[in-house]
Amino acid sequence: MSDLLIELFSEEIPAGMQKRASTDFQKMITEGLKKADLSFENSEVYATPRRLVLSVKGLLDHSPTVTEERKGPRVGAPEKALEGFLRGAGVSQEDLEIRDEKKGQVYYAKITKSGRCAEDIVAEVLESTVRGFPWPKSMRWGSGALKWVRPLHSIICTLTKDALTKVVPLDIDGIVAGNTSQGHRFMAPAPFEVNGFLDYQEKLAKAYVVLDPQKRMEKIWQDACQKAQSEGLEVVEDQGLLAEVAGLVEWPVVLMGDIAEDFYELPTEVLQTSMKEHQKFFSVKNPKTDRIEKFITVANRETKDQGATILSGNQKVLFARLSDAKFFWENDNRTIAREGMAALCEPLKQVTFHNKLGSQAERIERIANLSEKLSEATGVDAQEAILAAKVVKADLSSEMVYEFPELQGIMGRYYAQAAGLSSAVADACRDHYSPLGPTDTVPQEPVSVTIALADKLDLLTGFWAVDEKPTGSKDPFALRRAALGVIRLIITNDLRLNLKDVFATSFEGKNSNDLMGFIHDRLKVFLKDEGIRHDVIDACLMMEGADDIALLVKRARALSDVLKTDDGSNLIQGFKRANNILSQAEAKDGVEYSYGPDVKFAEETSEKALFEALDSAEAEISSAMSNEEFERAMSAMASLRSPVDAFFEAVQINADNEIIRRNRLNLLGRIREICAQVADLTRVEG
Amino acid sequence: MSVELTKPRSFQEIILRLQGYWAGKGCAILQPYDMEVGAGTFHPATTLRSLGSTPWAAAYVQPSRRPTDGRYGENPNRLQHYYQYQVVIKPSPKDLQELYLGSLKAIGIDLELHDIRFVEDDWESPTLGAWGLGWEVWCDGMEVSQFTYFQQVGGHDCKPVSGELTYGLERLAMYILGVDHVMDMPFNDPDAPISLTYRDVFKQTEEEYSRHNFDVANTTKLLSDFENAEKECKSILDQEHIDPKTGKRIIMAHPAYDQCIKASHIFNLLDARGVISVTERQAYIGRVRALSKACADAFVLTEAGGHIAQGTQS
Repeated sequence: MSDLLIELFSEEIPAGMQKRASTDFQKMITEGLKKADLSFENSEVYATPRRLVLSVKGLLDHSPTVTEERKGPRVGAPEKALEGFLRGAGVSQEDLEIRDEKKGQVYYAKITKSGRCAEDIVAEVLESTVRGFPWPKSMRWGSGALKWVRPLHSIICTLTKDALTKVVPLDIDGIVAGNTSQGHRFMAPAPFEVNGFLDYQEKLAKAYVVLDPQKRMEKIWQDACQKAQSEGLEVVEDQGLLAEVAGLVEWPVVLMGDIAEDFYELPTEVLQTSMKEHQKFFSVKNPKTDRIEKFITVANRETKDQGATILSGNQKVLFARLSDAKFFWENDNRTIAREGMAALCEPLKQVTFHNKLGSQAERIERIANLSEKLSEATGVDAQEAILAAKVVKADLSSEMVYEFPELQGIMGRYYAQAAGLSSAVADACRDHYSPLGPTDTVPQEPVSVTIALADKLDLLTGFWAVDEKPTGSKDPFALRRAALGVIRLIITNDLRLNLKDVFATSFEGKNSNDLMGFIHDRLKVFLKDEGIRHDVIDACLMMEGADDIALLVKRARALSDVLKTDDGSNLIQGFKRANNILSQAEAKDGVEYSYGPDVKFAEETSEKALFEALDSAEAEISSAMSNEEFERAMSAMASLRSPVDAFFEAVQINADNEIIRRNRLNLLGRIREICAQVADLTRVEG
Repeated sequence: MSVELTKPRSFQEIILRLQGYWAGKGCAILQPYDMEVGAGTFHPATTLRSLGSTPWAAAYVQPSRRPTDGRYGENPNRLQHYYQYQVVIKPSPKDLQELYLGSLKAIGIDLELHDIRFVEDDWESPTLGAWGLGWEVWCDGMEVSQFTYFQQVGGHDCKPVSGELTYGLERLAMYILGVDHVMDMPFNDPDAPISLTYRDVFKQTEEEYSRHNFDVANTTKLLSDFENAEKECKSILDQEHIDPKTGKRIIMAHPAYDQCIKASHIFNLLDARGVISVTERQAYIGRVRALSKACADAFVLTEAGGHIAQGTQS
């Protein structure tokens, strides 16, 4: 057995792509090896800004030789059939074996696939991996046609056995695999030969490269915390930034620098965003003042001046950035002090939201109208909702948000506060964009809920009205996300609202049916994650009130729960049986069996019992339904399971006596009718 | 070596060193294009020459104009007129990163003391219909250059691929010279009998152009200039390929491209005057892109664009 080492050495791989690339790389190579029957013990993958590395331990030297037996045509079958068989099996006629079988003599071939050596398989798998690598964006360079994320310079591909390392012969468009790598771009650029993975890792470490991204992250975090703690400060945690920074360096060196006091007054988010987005700095907080007072930057090298030059350069850049931010902050505040929020709202008339949907100001007007309509359902004062709707987008014309678009909403809150608006309104400025992702927090404060909902409903009805709906993978206006936001806002806050009515009031109700269908589709996806099957949702969608999402979800949850019980799932069987018999009889007789059955024609005990059970279930279900107590209704329905089963056990529907037969069919009709009050069970699978 | 590592003392010395360095690496040192452009990429030596298969290596300074960035010369970092240094080599050499790092050394950046990083930055020019992959190069957290492997220009695949380096000269020079306000930067040797700062050379023009760009430029005229440039570009390209006078095959890709450059700059001016709405903006960008695409289409039919004339094929 051998150990395989692969290094793909390239120009700098974008930090954000390294993790995914590692996973893909490992998966493609190991699956390729497995597919070729070349088994191994384990594999490990690593990435740095300049390399993707895979180490595979305990790899077979050869794939096993396999013998397979294949049955051929009968002896005496047409010549053509035999020829075809021989060709397919790759054997000659004398190699065939004749066996006696029941139907006569049959040819059998023994096919032997001899194993291949690891070198050949590895070369083949690596080449196809490189050529077919799923980079999100790849490029050509020089005169070549090969694509990689950035120019690919060299490949290590070696098999090591008993301390002896052999290069796997491989040439991909002129890049010849070898056993040579190089260290840190600046600190140890000289090439060196490697003898297996351990040697490689050791030599890299000496050449100032920490191969394992996890170790780089740990080192950065530890050093950063230590530096901060030594001055009584704490680093603001940011896992995303940590991973990104670890993907920008091979030899992380943590440096801590000062933020000039002039900038302490800036909102924390402004400082953090400016430092993170532009400079990839960590923020360092002083717990005593609760302010961001320092920053951590991660350099990619050691220097003889212990990073002094690097730090002063970084500090200078930050100073310029923060001076800009401060300038914007002061300007915006001055504007508000002078003219209030109106000064920020006015320019939105000039800003096009979308060429078919008018300006931002027009959109705000629509959001205000929707908010007013929603205010009853969300339980807010309509005037406050309208006021909030009119200012939540104001910050879009602030200088700060122009410069840092990611601060939209956050700045709105500060500016609303500065303008003396209520905290509910200020919070709505910040929170009305939520929920953004499926895990983002859903607003619960009524004003925020109202505006958040109105904001998304305007997006949906607007883009629907101008026929800019999502198609396939294209959803440029993030309408799927908006629909999910609507669903989560409604469910989390238990808002009772007929969405279709709301759609009908916006944009003259264009396509409101279609849009409702879109919402229902998103709801299915959402509930699926909750473990509710799509057929269960379908069964509930057919019911009245499906445009009331909160109601629909309650029904679906109750139905899903009851189907998980023994009674519930068995009742479905009984219901389906009843329904099938009915459909056949109705088709045959050309009538609908929905006349009330009469208990006086009931002959069997179980038949009479079913009458009784239906009466009591019906009463229970309708009382439960009128209170929207779906669980109670569902369990009443499930209670029919035993009487229904007993009925089918003992009674033959198609009695000779036509009156009795019809009565029994009408009895089945009642089962159908009663169950139909709860959900359309014909849609339930199984 | 020791000469390279001495610190340059003026803005022009940095430019001169870059010129010397890239000349030494075999680039043709071209002069700035004689038209108003928004970036060095617009120079036909980059846009047009990155098309087709003919090898190419050029370096040049390009004065660039961004009317919206005018600050009357008061902002320490923003100018409506500034210089870019541009290097374009086709096919991109294997050691382009090393060559680039060598140029930083040549202008006095000690790579042993600074932290140079290649940070993902994909380049796209909607007006040129061009894109490429590469990085912004950071020196101690400051973006000092743009490094791009061109994949497409004017809608054409770049085959072979050109490597493009763009240095923002003022910012880079300010950092090397340790200057905090661009206007304080020595332009020539500070010990020269007549020593000039960036202020002496450009403060007044920044004021004049800021006022002109923001408040005075005649928008009615500009709007019609845009239309005219657009028309002219199309009409030049509509001409027969065979010149009726000389009987030669002369496709006028460059004169047409001049009109495209003109339209692009006029659009920038209109933008600075604030007369282009967000929606119209996209439409204007699309119109300039259509022109640059048409010019690229024409250029690839020319000899410099890699077209081999019939009858001369060997």
